[in-house]
Amino acid sequence: MPRRADSCPLPYRQAVDLYFMEHRAKLLDVAAFLDRLGRTVERPAQDDFRVAALREAIALLGDGKGEYARRILDLFSDPGTEPIATAGEKGASGAYPGPTA
Amino acid sequence: MKYIDPHIHMVSRTTDDYARMAQADCIALTEPAFWAGFDRSSPQGFFDYFRQLTETEPRRAAAYGIRHYCWLCINPKEAEDVGFAREVIALIPEFLQRDNVLGIGEIGLNKNSRNELVILEEQIALAAEHGQMILVHTPHLEDKRKGTKLIMDAIQANGAIEPGRVLIDHVEEHTVEMVLDRGFWAGMTLYPDSKCTPQRAVDIIETYGSERLWINSAGDWGPSDPLAVPKAQVEMLRRGHSRADVSRISLDNPLQFLRQSPRFDVDV
Repeated sequence: MPRRADSCPLPYRQAVDLYFMEHRAKLLDVAAFLDRLGRTVERPAQDDFRVAALREAIALLGDGKGEYARRILDLFSDPGTEPIATAGEKGASGAYPGPTA
Repeated sequence: MKYIDPHIHMVSRTTDDYARMAQADCIALTEPAFWAGFDRSSPQGFFDYFRQLTETEPRRAAAYGIRHYCWLCINPKEAEDVGFAREVIALIPEFLQRDNVLGIGEIGLNKNSRNELVILEEQIALAAEHGQMILVHTPHLEDKRKGTKLIMDAIQANGAIEPGRVLIDHVEEHTVEMVLDRGFWAGMTLYPDSKCTPQRAVDIIETYGSERLWINSAGDWGPSDPLAVPKAQVEMLRRGHSRADVSRISLDNPLQFLRQSPRFDVDV
């Protein structure tokens, strides 16, 4: 399926004016979250797998390759193709913990 | 602007929500059977739920001029016990004759387990046997991409289901293309914290076009917004999209898909 270019009717400057403050705030929320983790007690030596995935996703945003939303969702996804043996917990964690986690 | 919310769980919403949706110009909605937030203790619990979907909710909706339709199934979160699930599936055929039932849904996978897949395949077969359309739930978060592929493979392995009569819901940026490429319809669910925000849904429309695509609120008992569809309409308008384009995604497309059922007779 071809992806459409130039399909957002907003001029670039108008899009920045419309959305910048909202996304500035969201980025600061991420930054403050990571700072908060740095102040927690009983910190493990290694990041939780979800936080590690988040840091990897943040790095991806700076690579200039575009399709950031799709690529971050792919990064968080189970890469497997086969069903698992049993369902266990109903909920999802938001990032793939790896086959042995 | 008139709209249809093609996926919302009104059993979990107040009558005030029906009123607000009517004020926002919702003319019809469809309600798939889903997980109630707890596992039901007996198949009889589903029998009562199916009565609620086919008797009670249409009356509540009609009080506000909204047409109510539904989809029936056992959802994947309660499908791990195969024996239990089969007892629920056995209840479904008698309800398929009711006036507001459009098909089987929302079937699919939750954790992508073998038992969930067995019950999915049996409900796909049920839809094929009774000539029903299908509404699909895809898994959440890290399980979505793998689960979406497994679900599409299962539907196509059946061989008797026309992809154009299947809506695969909860697509996001990493799954929408594969769903549309295989000829299915795709739904974007507008949630505050997970799935798509109205902004991201409009981004996806701008990237892939609006053919075989719809938007819904999937409003339920969790964090969700029964007015998410009109909020996405506003998001399109503020970016400069035409009212015709807004109407296509929020009204015309749901009408086109849902009118494949002879029971869906909503006039605009």
